[in-house]
Parts: sequence; C-alpha cells; structure tokens
Amino acid sequence: MPESSSISIRDLKIALPPGSERPYAVDGISFDLAAGDIVCVVGESGSGKSMCAHALMGLLPGSVTIESGEVLFEGKNLLLSDDDGWRGIRGRGIAMVFQEPMTALNPLMRIGDQMMEMFEAHGLLSPPERRQKALDLAREVGLPDPERIVRAYPHQLSGGQRQRAMIALALALEPAVLVADEPTTALDVTTQAQILKLIRNLQSSRDMAVMFITHDFGVVADIADRVVVLRHGRVVEQGSAAEVLGHPEHPYTRALLAAVPSLEPPVRMPITGQSRAVEVIGLDKTYVTSGGWFRPDRKVQAARQVNFEILKGETLGLVGESGSGKSSVARLVTRLIEPDRGTVRLGDIDFTSLGGSALREQRRRIQMIFQDPFASLNPRRKVGAIISDGPIAGGADPATARQRARDLLAMVGLDPLAASRYPHEFSGGQRQRIGIARALALDPEIIVADEAVSALDVSVQAQVLALLEDLKARLGLSVLFITHDLRVAAQICDRIAVMQRGEIVELKPTAALFASPEHPYTRELLDAVPGLRSPSHAA
Amino acid sequence: MKHFFKLMLRNPGGLIGLVILTIAILVALFGPLVFPTSPWRMVQRPFLPPFTLSTVPLGTDALGRDVFAGIIYGARVSLLVGLVSTLVALAVGVPLGAIAGYFGGRIDDALMRFTEFFQTIPSFALAIVLVAILQPSIYSIVGSIAIVSWPPVARLVRGEVLSLRTREYVQAAIVTGQTHRWIIWREILPNALSPVIVLASLMVATAILLESSLSFLGLGDPNLISWGYMVGAGRTVVRQAWWITVFPGFAILLSVLGLNLVGEGLNDALNPRLAGNGR
Repeated sequence: MPESSSISIRDLKIALPPGSERPYAVDGISFDLAAGDIVCVVGESGSGKSMCAHALMGLLPGSVTIESGEVLFEGKNLLLSDDDGWRGIRGRGIAMVFQEPMTALNPLMRIGDQMMEMFEAHGLLSPPERRQKALDLAREVGLPDPERIVRAYPHQLSGGQRQRAMIALALALEPAVLVADEPTTALDVTTQAQILKLIRNLQSSRDMAVMFITHDFGVVADIADRVVVLRHGRVVEQGSAAEVLGHPEHPYTRALLAAVPSLEPPVRMPITGQSRAVEVIGLDKTYVTSGGWFRPDRKVQAARQVNFEILKGETLGLVGESGSGKSSVARLVTRLIEPDRGTVRLGDIDFTSLGGSALREQRRRIQMIFQDPFASLNPRRKVGAIISDGPIAGGADPATARQRARDLLAMVGLDPLAASRYPHEFSGGQRQRIGIARALALDPEIIVADEAVSALDVSVQAQVLALLEDLKARLGLSVLFITHDLRVAAQICDRIAVMQRGEIVELKPTAALFASPEHPYTRELLDAVPGLRSPSHAA
Repeated sequence: MKHFFKLMLRNPGGLIGLVILTIAILVALFGPLVFPTSPWRMVQRPFLPPFTLSTVPLGTDALGRDVFAGIIYGARVSLLVGLVSTLVALAVGVPLGAIAGYFGGRIDDALMRFTEFFQTIPSFALAIVLVAILQPSIYSIVGSIAIVSWPPVARLVRGEVLSLRTREYVQAAIVTGQTHRWIIWREILPNALSPVIVLASLMVATAILLESSLSFLGLGDPNLISWGYMVGAGRTVVRQAWWITVFPGFAILLSVLGLNLVGEGLNDALNPRLAGNGR
C-alpha cells in the first residue's frame, strides 16, 4: 500500500442475491484514493460503480453481501466495523455527496440546522459554535447570502444551491475522503460546471481524496486526476486521466470514448426547396398554480411567443436547461397540453383548432418519443399490443397491425418475437427502440423526440441516435429533437433553437450556432459543456 | 403470476388467512349438502349445552335449533353478502373514481362532492336507515352495504388514476390517437388494480361485519339465517347459554380475520416495496 493513499480498496467482491443477472455486483476491484487526488470511477449503468461507493460508506443494501476484500482506511479494515465504528467514520472520516440533492436533504429542516446536526451527531462543539460553523461552511461552498440561506428550507433553494448545501454538509467534519456519487447528473450544464469547479477548489484547499462517480466522460476530462473504468463490476482500465483519456488501452474504454458525441457538428447539406412540415406561430403557455385565498397565484411562463418551422426531412434541435420550457413546447406541439395562444400547423392543417375525433385522426401525423424508457411503456401490455394499439384505434385491421408491429420491431433492430413479451424483459436501449417503433407505427410525418436519449448510456445512446438518423433519412421524417445535451444536438440537428425561460433566444443552422453564438445565453451554454479539453473533442 | 403466489405464500399471515378463507368458502359451498337439516328446524330440547350430544355438537338455541347447522348455513349468507356488496361497490366506485381522476376539472369536482355527500353520513346509520326503509331482505341489505362502501373505492381509484394519467405511456396513448374510454380501460385501470384488490379484500370483511350488525339489530333477511342474527337472537340469554352467541361470534371473527390477513398478504405481495426488506 503506497504511503500517500488515504483509503485503499483491495480485491472487493460484493455478491448479488441469487437469481440476479450476474453473481457479483463488484468483482475483485482494487484501487487507491490518495490525498489530494480526484479519482473518477466511470462506467455505464449496472457497472457496479455506485455499489462501490456505498461499500465505502457501509451503506450497502441488505440484499447484497460482501464476499471478500477489504477497505483500508487509517490502517483499519472498514468492512469489519460494527455500527458504532461506522458512525464514527461516516461524516468524520469519509463523507458522501448524493446524486439528487432534493431527496438527500431533509425537506422539513432548515439548511443551517442540517449542517449543525452534523456536529451534534458527533457530539462536537457548543450550539453557538455550531451556528458559526454552519455560516462558515455556507460561505465556503459559495452559497449566496449565508445569513439568510442557513434559515431557508431545501425547497426554497435552486438545484445548484441544494447541491452546494449538500457538499457543505459533507465537508462539515473535514473528512479525509469525499465520495461523490454522480453529484452533477441531476443538474443543468452551467450549474454542473460551477459545482465541478467548487469540488476541485475544495479538494485542493483541504487536500482531500475524492472519489467521483460518473458516467459522463466530459465530466471526467474536466475533473479527474486518475480514472478507473468499470465494466460489469470489474476494473477494465485504470491510470492517470491523461493516460486513460489520451491513450486508452482497453477496447472497452476506447469504445466508450468513441461513443461520446463530439461537439464538432458534422457537415450537413442545407435543406432547401422542401415544403414545411410543421409551422409553429406565436405559442404562449402560462402555468397558473392557485395560491389559495391569501396569496397571489403562482405563474410560470413555459412558452412565450414561440415561433419556428420544420421543413420536410429536417431535424430541428431545441436546447435549453431544465425549466426553460422545451418539454412544454414538445407537449404543445403534440397537443398533450393546450396553448393559451398561438397556432401549430401541420402541412396546411391548423392542428390547434381541431377537436374530438378530427383531432384523434390527425394525431397520427405527429408522433412522440419519450424520455424515460421505463415509464413510457405500459408495464402490463405486451410489446406487440403497445405498438399496434395506435393503428388499431385508427381503424386498421388488427391482424395487419400486429404483423406491421413485428416488421417495425425488425426495422428498429429488435427480434420480431419481442412482440409477445412484456416491456420489463428489455433493457433501456431496447425499450427506447420499442418506443420508436410505436411512434413509427402510425406512419407519422413529424417525430417529436423529448430527451429521447438522455436516460441511456453513451454507447446505447450512440446506437439509438444512429437508428433515428437512419430512419429519418429512409422515411423522410421531420424531427423536433429536444435535448439538454449540446453534444447530441451538434451531431443530429440541422438547425438548433436555444430556449431560455420560455423564449427562443437564438435559432440558427447548427454549424453557424457553434461557430458564432450570438446570444450571451447560448455562449454560456456552450462554455459550460463538460470536457471541452477532452481528447474526444479533438478527434 | 407464479412470482406473485410465491410472495403471497412467503407471508405466514397471508397463508393462514388464505387457509381460513378457503375453509369458509368450502363450508359455504358444500356445507348445506353435507348437512341437509334446515337450520330453522327444532331438533332437540332448547338450551342443550354443546359437546353433550354428537348429533348437535355445538348445542341448541332457545327454540331447540341446531347451532352448528346455523353456522354452516350462515356462512353462505355472510360470505355472499360480503362478496356481492363489495362487487356492487366496486362497480360503482371504480368507474366513478376513474372518470373523476382522468378528466379532472369540473367533472372531478362534481363527482367528488357527490362522493363526499355519502362520506359525511355515518355509514352504519345510513345502512340501518336504508334497510329499514326498503324492508329487510337480502337485496336491500346487499344494496345498502354497497351504497355505504363505494366512496372509499372511488377516492382510491381517483388518486391512482390522477397519478397514472401523467405517465408517459398514457401520454403516448393519447398521441397515438386512442379514445378516452380505451385509455382508461387498457392503459390506466390495469395499473391501478393492485391497491383496489387489497381494498376489496378488506371491504368484504367490513361488509360481513355490517351484515352481522344489521342482523343483530333484527334487520336481517327473515328467511335466511345468518351469524349476526344468531348472535342477536342469543344475546338475551347470553348468561345462561353462552354457546348460542359465542360460536357464531367466533365464526364472524375468524372469517373477518382471515380476510384481513389475506388483504395484508395481498398488499405485501402487490407492493413489494412496502414489504419492509424488499429490494
């Protein structure tokens, strides 16, 4: 064991309950965390990276068992600790930052109280000293107006502020090791960039060891000193960030890096002379939440004078951060919600004026692919029925529709026999393919893809994107592609519209947008994309 | 489905409940065939204590009628009333709740105020009034129990539908042009079923209790013997002849307990995340 390492994992094996898809969640992992180092543990979903982090904190779920291995911290094997032993180490020796700050913070407790609770739990300091410490911590993690914010409740903070508060909690007892489990995944890119910088700064000023778990190679490139690549619970490659990212040795690492979409938009032929598939004119939508008797109503403008058109065979990207209204626009265009004002025209039909059965009939022309592959398929219907329900509702002959469903499954790269199985038997990527087949079953002219690849691992994401591109070209579809990921947008879109607070602030051909962003918000978004220095960018 | 039964059987309470319930159902179905003697017939001298004669193992009541036969025949009435009134309550509550939850807005408001109207009246009092007005008969009893027990179903289904209708697969069904009726029927209701099944099993138990209470007050169907009627008839002589009330009371207790255990077992099996140390 090298002298400098503050925690080291030796041959850790964590067994999954019998009947799982593989015997070990973590299968013989060894690596060291050295003080002053940020080690990124990278892997796709199911690679065992979170299991690893939870083992370090003694937070493994009851259904798994540690079969062998040790976690050495200050000369002791943590895995042998009892509950008391763990309590002494958690927070004080090793602290953790979770993925979703909203659920990791107690919603009924003020931020400051939660920080003071850290000291109280370990019986440290007097109450006034704790209060002072809480203020210092809030200041250190860059929370604005610390005096006020320590008295705020979690829901009163923005996502980024909540994650800062979470980090403050983790740092309260000056731990030697910080474990961060996807701490920026739930955040917007610009916020993510700030949080990454914060973790970097705190780590160097406190000389901590940081174990940073992520699936995003952009983030790795920005923050890692060392990288550990996991696959199926095994380490496939580890080394310094420059080595692993610059000269990956293992084919899996190379494949992962190659799958990260580049920010460099490919050259695309401008689409001209085509007719308009969709035209959106002056869409307005305001959500009003009733405030009750004594408070004013809460109003959120989700769409403000949104105008755009998509030509036949064109892909229009709609990018923006969460809350910018891009998903609302998707739902307005497909008429899942009704606009306050404005018109959506499909070809020469005014889609917004239709109702009842006329609307149902025209709906087939504009179809949607949803974000969450797990929530977008009815768990109690067979895949074949899910795909053929729409055409049958539209009056198609059931036998023909079912045959068509099998053909479509083949078209999206699945076994036609999948039609007689239930959605839970498929992986995320496969489910997303089923979702695409469902959309195609109605022979639509326009497809609205709402964050259709955001929930997928990079390698799967690349495959689904390739499939979408191919289908679009073959069937002459127009696509409204909604995403928060500028890398994906760069690869797939002909033109990109940038949305901020319900407004489209810039709409340009993709290459022009990346080459010369005009609006300050667009520039901010582009600068915040993680991994601008990454080798994949140069490739 | 196999998995579901395994979960159900893993829960010892649910297993015991299932056994009790199966016995009760078997008795209700085949008991009268095995013991063809009418429960109204006087077979022995009145107030014969239990365990004295093998022909009337549980003794006789104030008129010399066989208590054991009463329990066998009473099982039919109790279970039938419990089951049918629950089915009627579901038939009213599920569609109402589904429509309220799915369409929301004014329709939801109107339907929920209507539901609250029934919920504000104490259910037992309403049941008594209804049976008294309609004349006691098996139909009026089933009807009035159903009328007082549908509101919780409607509220439960409404809540489930409210959360399910925002799911992406429901939105996908809307986008693919399916009708409201089909969306509710195929996409939403099947996924809202598990809590309804659990509630229904507990409702059967409550209905059995309600029927017993009504019969106890003399509001049972005069042509059918039921456990509640037997308890009510024997209550005046409970100090001299405890067996007349205790045995039917025990039958009520067992079947209600069995149903509750099954309900809990179902709940654990259908909501594995609530089953404590699940996944």
